[in-house]
Amino acid sequence: MDLLSLAVRSIFIENILLASFLGMCSFLAISKRMETAMGLGAAVIFVQSITVPVNWAIRRFLLAPGALAWTRLPALAALDLSFLTFVCFISLIASLVQLVEMTLDRFFPRLYHALGIFLPLITVNCAILGGSLFMVERAYTFPESLVYGVSSGAGWALAITAMGAIRRKLRYSNVPAGLRGLGVTMILTGLMALAFMCFSGIQL
Amino acid sequence: MRAIRRWMDRIRPLFAPGGRFHRLHPIFEAGDTFIFTPADVTAGPPHIRDAVDLKRWMIMVIIALAPCLLFGIYNAGRQYHLANAVATASFWDHWWRGAIIVLPIVFVSYAVGGFWEVLFAIVRKHEINEGFLVTGLLFPLTLPPTVPLWQVALGISFGVVIGKEIFGGTGFNVLNPALTARAFLFFAHAPQMTGDRVWTVLADPARAAEGFSGATPLAVAAAAPKGSDIFAALREAGFTWQGMALGFEGGSIGETSLIPIAVGALILILTGVGAWRIMAGGMLGLIVTTTLFNALAGPAYLPYLALPWTWHLVMGSFAFGLVFMATDPVSAAATNVGKWIYGFLIGALVVLVRVANPAFPEGVMLSILFMNVMAPLVDYIVVQAHIRSRARYLRSFARG
Repeated sequence: MDLLSLAVRSIFIENILLASFLGMCSFLAISKRMETAMGLGAAVIFVQSITVPVNWAIRRFLLAPGALAWTRLPALAALDLSFLTFVCFISLIASLVQLVEMTLDRFFPRLYHALGIFLPLITVNCAILGGSLFMVERAYTFPESLVYGVSSGAGWALAITAMGAIRRKLRYSNVPAGLRGLGVTMILTGLMALAFMCFSGIQL
Repeated sequence: MRAIRRWMDRIRPLFAPGGRFHRLHPIFEAGDTFIFTPADVTAGPPHIRDAVDLKRWMIMVIIALAPCLLFGIYNAGRQYHLANAVATASFWDHWWRGAIIVLPIVFVSYAVGGFWEVLFAIVRKHEINEGFLVTGLLFPLTLPPTVPLWQVALGISFGVVIGKEIFGGTGFNVLNPALTARAFLFFAHAPQMTGDRVWTVLADPARAAEGFSGATPLAVAAAAPKGSDIFAALREAGFTWQGMALGFEGGSIGETSLIPIAVGALILILTGVGAWRIMAGGMLGLIVTTTLFNALAGPAYLPYLALPWTWHLVMGSFAFGLVFMATDPVSAAATNVGKWIYGFLIGALVVLVRVANPAFPEGVMLSILFMNVMAPLVDYIVVQAHIRSRARYLRSFARG
């Protein structure tokens, strides 16, 4: 039940895009077309649901203060490697995206070509790093981090597909010249966040 | 009439291309078509012969809103006299006091919103659209009667400019402009938009009538502690089902009574201006979700869960929002199946926010805005599913 409420919370209430405004750059750039928006959304769910739990394991068994106690070496037991958190998380995300890319290229070439450049772009998506850092900050357990990874990715995907559909409708609009493209999308993101406020405050 | 026509025809060249006031052509055009039926006809095919155009369409909504406005004026005056313990006030005194309270709000909304509409029409060279007449009336009806007039001006400016004009004006907005305006005020100036004190005008807050609390049924229901009887709590505060359906209670100007809203809904459905599918879907969402909550209700949970859907319907602004806001044809879902889904989710979300979200006593505004955001996605999914099912059907022929 707690896991379910965590899932609902990270999709709707604390939507990583519309409440924390993480992952904005690819959100603004990729939401132009519905197909790519859905593709990137799926890719983010996939990467997020692997990196958050794996980073949890890295943090738990390598980086946190006293995490190396399992080696039973007195020299390592008291070690605090948490200053390496950012470096480790980033390199894990980058290498994981590479691995995912190669796997997809080898076994699912159609999906790989559909995603194209957006797959490597996930490396620099701040929602991914943000998800891992939130996991540390909120001290999630392993099952929690797994659920959080999947559902925060799903929240991001929901936001980008909704935006993709709105921009599809917006193609027929007569937007003032200076606001066309990014300008009106930024304003729309603000209005979307306003609408998502209806969930903020729900206690689960 | 003929004199006006002659005068209009005489000044027309001034506004034609090359004329001295060509830049102001949208104003001339708006006045001309407002008084007379335009003589312009479509030059090329295809033609659709119909007496309805955007202007008539919007006027129907204004007519449907009129009962709500009239009742709102009367009720604002009545609440004023009750709260200030003016026992001698007659029926006409209520009207008079209500008009003093409500009409300035409507006037400011029209004047300021109209200014932006005309400015954008002139600068961007599009026609002045009657959609604004609807937004300018819907917005004040969603406000508490105590709202300061400068906030009305601020809100309608945000709604018209950010909610509508930057997308290209009437027909292109993603969110409902009136609700965008209200949501902006709600978050920017919460003390004047929500709470127990804003729903009734008080001449002197220190000298309110004895027993006056100002709390709305929603606030009373949300405040009922665990294990208590919600019906008793509402009754104690003076709210009965019949009373709330009639609407003689504090609330936003236009939303308190079910009867004028039902008249408006009937007008909208009969003329085909408001989508009955959205209204039916919304009712269904409300009924299903509350029935679900009723089944969960027990002494261990909040008593709000036990409130049946008939009560949810008469409390707060659900009926008003569903009839006049959710059915806005621009920001709602456009496909028929999509309209059912869109309406259903609005009804379900309203109950969810009311019961489960202690941050807001009422969820109608934000639920409709949320579904406005989701409507294009709902439409996309419906259309894609339809295309897929047709493709499968055609392939079944190809295989023979």
